[in-house]
Amino acid sequence: MNIDWPWPWLERNLDDIGTATGEHLYLALLPVLAGLLISVPLGWASSRWGVARGILVPLAGVLYTIPSLALITLVPLLMGTRIIDPLNVQVPLAIYTIALLVRSVSDALLAVPGEVTAAATAVGYRPFHRFLTVELPLAVPVIIAGLRVAVVSAMSLTSVGALVGIGGLGGLITEGFLRNNGVELVVAIILIVVIALVIDALLLLVGRVITPWSRAQQRTGAKA
Amino acid sequence: MIEFQAVTKEYPDGTVAVDNLDLTVEDGKITVFVGPSGCGKTTSLRMINRMIDPTGGTILLDGKDIRESDPPLLRRGIGYVIQHAGLFPHRTVLDNVATVPLLTGAGKRAARTKAAELMELVGLPAQFAKRYPAQLSGGQQQRVGVARALAADPPVLLMDEPFSAVDPIVRDDLQQQLLRLQSELDKTIVFVTHDIDEAIKLGDRVAVFRVGGRLAQYDTPSALLARPADEFVSSFVGRDRGYRALGFLTASGVPVGPVATVKIGEPVGAVDGGWAVAIDTDGRPLGWVAADRMSTKDLAVSEGDLISGGSLFEVDSTASGTAGSLRNALDAALSSPAAIGIAVDGDGAVVGGVTADTVLSALADARRSGEVPT
Amino acid sequence: MNSTFTWLFDPEHWSGPTGIPARILEHLGYTALTVLIAAVIAVPLGAIIGHTGRGTFLVAGLSNGLRALPELGLLTLLVLLTYVGLMPVVISLVILAIPPVLAGTYAGIRNVDRSVVDAAHGMGMRGSTVLLQVELPNALPLILGGIRAATLQVIATATIAAYVSLGGLGRFVIDGNNAGAGSPDGYPQMAAGAIVVALLALAVEGVLALVERGVVSPGVRNASKTQRTSRLRRRPTTDLVENPT
Repeated sequence: MNIDWPWPWLERNLDDIGTATGEHLYLALLPVLAGLLISVPLGWASSRWGVARGILVPLAGVLYTIPSLALITLVPLLMGTRIIDPLNVQVPLAIYTIALLVRSVSDALLAVPGEVTAAATAVGYRPFHRFLTVELPLAVPVIIAGLRVAVVSAMSLTSVGALVGIGGLGGLITEGFLRNNGVELVVAIILIVVIALVIDALLLLVGRVITPWSRAQQRTGAKA
Repeated sequence: MIEFQAVTKEYPDGTVAVDNLDLTVEDGKITVFVGPSGCGKTTSLRMINRMIDPTGGTILLDGKDIRESDPPLLRRGIGYVIQHAGLFPHRTVLDNVATVPLLTGAGKRAARTKAAELMELVGLPAQFAKRYPAQLSGGQQQRVGVARALAADPPVLLMDEPFSAVDPIVRDDLQQQLLRLQSELDKTIVFVTHDIDEAIKLGDRVAVFRVGGRLAQYDTPSALLARPADEFVSSFVGRDRGYRALGFLTASGVPVGPVATVKIGEPVGAVDGGWAVAIDTDGRPLGWVAADRMSTKDLAVSEGDLISGGSLFEVDSTASGTAGSLRNALDAALSSPAAIGIAVDGDGAVVGGVTADTVLSALADARRSGEVPT
Repeated sequence: MNSTFTWLFDPEHWSGPTGIPARILEHLGYTALTVLIAAVIAVPLGAIIGHTGRGTFLVAGLSNGLRALPELGLLTLLVLLTYVGLMPVVISLVILAIPPVLAGTYAGIRNVDRSVVDAAHGMGMRGSTVLLQVELPNALPLILGGIRAATLQVIATATIAAYVSLGGLGRFVIDGNNAGAGSPDGYPQMAAGAIVVALLALAVEGVLALVERGVVSPGVRNASKTQRTSRLRRRPTTDLVENPT
């Protein structure tokens, strides 16, 4: 393996690294966001109606089981995209995110104590308003936990797209491998891991910030 | 015999769970450790089978320092019952009960036979043997826990709030069963509870602990009620001490007077005092009839005329020798609409009545003649 | 679509050392080997950490850390560091398979009701006996769950490993990609390979679910079911939170 002192190579290729990183984020994060938005109503339906739960949860399990490379490869077949199309990576990532988060959202909503929702209704909240202002906020910690897993996995899985020519930092991995350039390879890996962990930490922070009551609980060591 | 000699348990952060405990648990008796949360009762119990080791002092089991024994071996000779039974979910009820015999080397068949015997002893139907703990109710699981603890026939039984997690009716049942078992088995039982009533009901001797791990009083239940050692014990024992203490005095000295009875369908006639007890064909009481208020004393008594009565108390029955206590007698008198407590015999048939006055004067006589509660 | 199915059902592709059945067996072989090695390492490790309560940082750290690591990166890195062959691939696969099994075993042991463990000690069982006869049997559902997750992880990564010249079903995808878009052995081969591996993954998952049912004590199955539904009312589970494929 060729291990050049990294700095020269880095300096020369900063642009390419930047582009690849941008691509990677576009490929990884957009689907997670879309997945989140779709998961909330699906998860709510799942928590509310046993029938929905009975269909969605097993379906999620099945989709999650399918290997990433297989899904990425099959999107053109199923959706008619070209072989090198960012959607080929984004659609599977969205599917995985939904498969993961529907369960999270559903469980989180089910975990909201019945007395709390009953109290809210008794006070006079309309159902949708109550959902937005009472149930969803209380469900946030669990949803964020699921979201963190979804994001970190997505960052890692996006690199698989490189095998079928869809770029991002995965492209740097394959290039580094083919050219026997260890630096390029390691830099790509490090970037993926570091960015993933940073986003993970950010989400954790956001979760803490928007749920001040859980911080108070932690301080007093009390349970709700 | 279990002896605590200056036993102390102090934790690294400074909390003292048990503070210089000196106590002797007598053989063949039920000794109850009772007290509020944080008083060290459970810690003290768990030091007996070395689930926790003391930081100071010695515990002797039949004269031998328990520190000299290998903990697992020590524990196989001590029965252990805990609050949520802790049954093994992955084994059947029968195999759960057979655990310690198997552990001590009994063959599978022998162990299972013993287990079946014990299931019968604690009143579990045989068909539960093949079931799994998850299929049993809380009370049933506790019974299995007791059976499991008794399976190797240990001389000592440790029970840590075993009945606290079940509802009051089941708890009462389990307590009665424990007393019945003990009368047959004569084990040395150490029982922990936070419920003073349970302690008084079950204990031959009761040790009251105060927060901080100090022993406040160690006495018989009636002595605890009659002569609490200090303010803490007194308030822990609770109100109505005097009344509850009556539960330890027999009512056999209380004279039972005659009471007017009438059968359904018969006329009540003139009655001294204005009240008559309606009885069935076996002589059992059905309710009171207010003879004074009946329009015509010659009219037949019907069910609609009945006023429900108070509690009953059992008079000295030649067969079992169990007489009701003064507390039963007094309560019967006080809860009766006629102010007359109904005394019944062993079969439940009415034998007479007592009034609150007669009960209290019997109590006064007992005090005067020196039969002070001990 | 048509060309894919033509390729898929072409009898030529079902025979010989590069045929579909052969690749399926290869793939299953790598998977079984990897999961076995990972289980041999992770189950005892997770059991000991769970039983003694020491070293929990290892469980959390590995699970979270490795999730961020791109599989392709690990594979290519190890191959680059050593050589093209089976060993670096198996090592990568094992590394990625350990966290789910470790996490599952650890969670399984910790989830055993504390009063059951207390009773077991109180009755005079030695620590090792408690672990082997009480904690492990009751931890089995979660341990098997971890193994299932690991197996699927490995099936997926083994697919990718074709890129570093491993055999198995990933070969069809990689070779198909290399053959070029227009070629009849191009996309159709890729898609056929993808379909087969997806079906394989589903089949394996199904079989493992049945195995789990057969192996776990009925008492534990029922207990965990009531536990799970009652937990649903109080605390949510996120057990899809294993390494995704």
